[in-house]
Amino acid sequence: MLNLDQYTCLGAALRDALDRWPNETCLIEADRDREKTRLTYSDFKEVALPLARALEDAGFSSGDRAAIIMTNQSKWLISAYAVFYRGGVLVPLDYKLTAGEHLQLLAHSKAQFLIVEYYLWRAITRSPEFKNHKLTKVLVTEAPLGADLAGAYRWEDFRRKGDPAFNPREREDVACIVYSSGTGGRPKGCVLTQENYLEQCKSLTALYPFWPGVQYLSILPTNHAIDFMVGFIGPFVCGACVVHLRTLRPEFVRDAFVRYKITYVALVPMILKNLERGLRGKFDELSAGKRFLLYRMIALNKSLTRKQPKVGVSRKLLSQVHREFGGELRAMFTGGAFVEPSTLQFFYDLGIPVANGYGLTEAGTSLTLNDLKPFRADTVGKPLPGVELRILNPDSEGIGEVAVHGKTVMSHYLDDPELTAQTIVDGWLVTGDLGRFDGNGHLQLFGRKKNMIVTEGGKNIYPEDIENVFDGLPVKEYCIFAANYLWPAKSLGREMLVLLLRLEQNQEFTDALKEEIVSRNRRLPDFKRVGGYLVYGKDFPRTASMKIKRNELAEDIRKVLGRAAVVEL
Amino acid sequence: MTASKQTLEEILNLAAVHFKVPREKLTSDDDFFKTLGIDSLQALDLLTRLENHFHIELPDYELQGVSDFRTLAERIQARL
Repeated sequence: MLNLDQYTCLGAALRDALDRWPNETCLIEADRDREKTRLTYSDFKEVALPLARALEDAGFSSGDRAAIIMTNQSKWLISAYAVFYRGGVLVPLDYKLTAGEHLQLLAHSKAQFLIVEYYLWRAITRSPEFKNHKLTKVLVTEAPLGADLAGAYRWEDFRRKGDPAFNPREREDVACIVYSSGTGGRPKGCVLTQENYLEQCKSLTALYPFWPGVQYLSILPTNHAIDFMVGFIGPFVCGACVVHLRTLRPEFVRDAFVRYKITYVALVPMILKNLERGLRGKFDELSAGKRFLLYRMIALNKSLTRKQPKVGVSRKLLSQVHREFGGELRAMFTGGAFVEPSTLQFFYDLGIPVANGYGLTEAGTSLTLNDLKPFRADTVGKPLPGVELRILNPDSEGIGEVAVHGKTVMSHYLDDPELTAQTIVDGWLVTGDLGRFDGNGHLQLFGRKKNMIVTEGGKNIYPEDIENVFDGLPVKEYCIFAANYLWPAKSLGREMLVLLLRLEQNQEFTDALKEEIVSRNRRLPDFKRVGGYLVYGKDFPRTASMKIKRNELAEDIRKVLGRAAVVEL
Repeated sequence: MTASKQTLEEILNLAAVHFKVPREKLTSDDDFFKTLGIDSLQALDLLTRLENHFHIELPDYELQGVSDFRTLAERIQARL
């Protein structure tokens, strides 16, 4: 891999990678069983530089901001490289947000350029807020012939001949603005520097190296910190290959493991659970004799890999299982949300370690990661090299709020000094997560101190951000809490959002009100919906500016109502 | 575009059979995540079944933000 210590910016490291491994394949893109794109590092350069030159001619230069809204595909990485080449700041946005949310974050980030997939652009142009956008140039990918692009350019045609000028950046310069969440009330734009990424990449690849020939399957959205690092920067600075799938249907994902002999993949817990279910189902279908033999092999593998994984041994003992995954899979990465230890153990016993870690957009893709020496299903591993973690105000069991210090911690929240000051205190970023270290230096997580949930799909949901869906609900007042915030469970499971209702005097909770709540709840994407409601008997405590005093309210709820009082929707 | 009744009916029948839910429990405005008790991955699986049934290709994004059968039927109808 490249020695990242000698670089000051991602653009320079990526540029050298393209020259270092010209004949290695860097990108494969498949749609169902059809391969659409296969690029070597040299091909990648050939496609990206005319785009960088066109950006240059359009006035895009150092420090200018370009947003990308695309599903995972080769054009995402090509565009990002062109932006970095010109010294630009990348604003990767979640393609699953609504058009209104996209416009809100585009405005908040002050992105001048936008690179966007056609179907997303179409939705954006139909949004009522579209007329207020401040974008100066929009590039649309894969637009059908004759489509109305509302003043945008076709990505495929937006290229110019001639060498573009490379604009180097310093380590402290901004590389990306990444939204950790928050589109309703308070967008949280994490400003991440070139150094943040170079250091993250260095420590991650030290533990899980990539090399030419490694095939990484990119499933998590590339705008997400994990895929951006292990599905773009990490593989590229090591000469490895990234495989994109244009459909994430489970059957095509399974096929891709085999067809492309995948080495690594990063998954959210929901997909991991789905894979587990699929495998368990297949085991159950085996004849009693074969099943007995399989479980004997699993037990043998478990005992032989107790201290550390032994890839060769596991592949021999459980060849049938490994063939299902292409036979070359070395590890699966997961993080961003709670994973059942039993799931982690299930895969490890099959000889497919799941590197469970802990990270947050604000502080680095991964702050801790299991080093598999030995494998532990009950922790999120030890801090990565260069990451300092501290437990603030530990209780009698050693559990307190996790704080982090190190070169991967973001610079600040964009245009929000107040939130930055609350989050980064004396150089330590307070995560809002509760944890403790065990005797071996492994971090164990125990829930959240802050009012939020992380879905199985790895999405951060802040209750305040979705309250506006219930605006005008015929009750005296309402607000939303995370259940585990109201009733600290010291567990990361059973996360749900709860709608707290204060009814008018003499008002009764009727079926009509319930229907209204259900109907409004449906307007939210499934992962943002509230799971239940709770009727509260007092007025909400409020500040002079009429903001709800959430801490005080939560404290009172704890006194008078238990989790059992929540009525599921 | 309004989905034809037939398309909607076929989707409801297919979903009922595939997820083993009595057909009479499904209506066009149902939130299928809730009624069928499925997650987003299983919803993608449903999309594959629908593709095979209607002999069309539906990009994953056609399901983005869609949670009721009627809208799903409209998306399919547009590609028939």
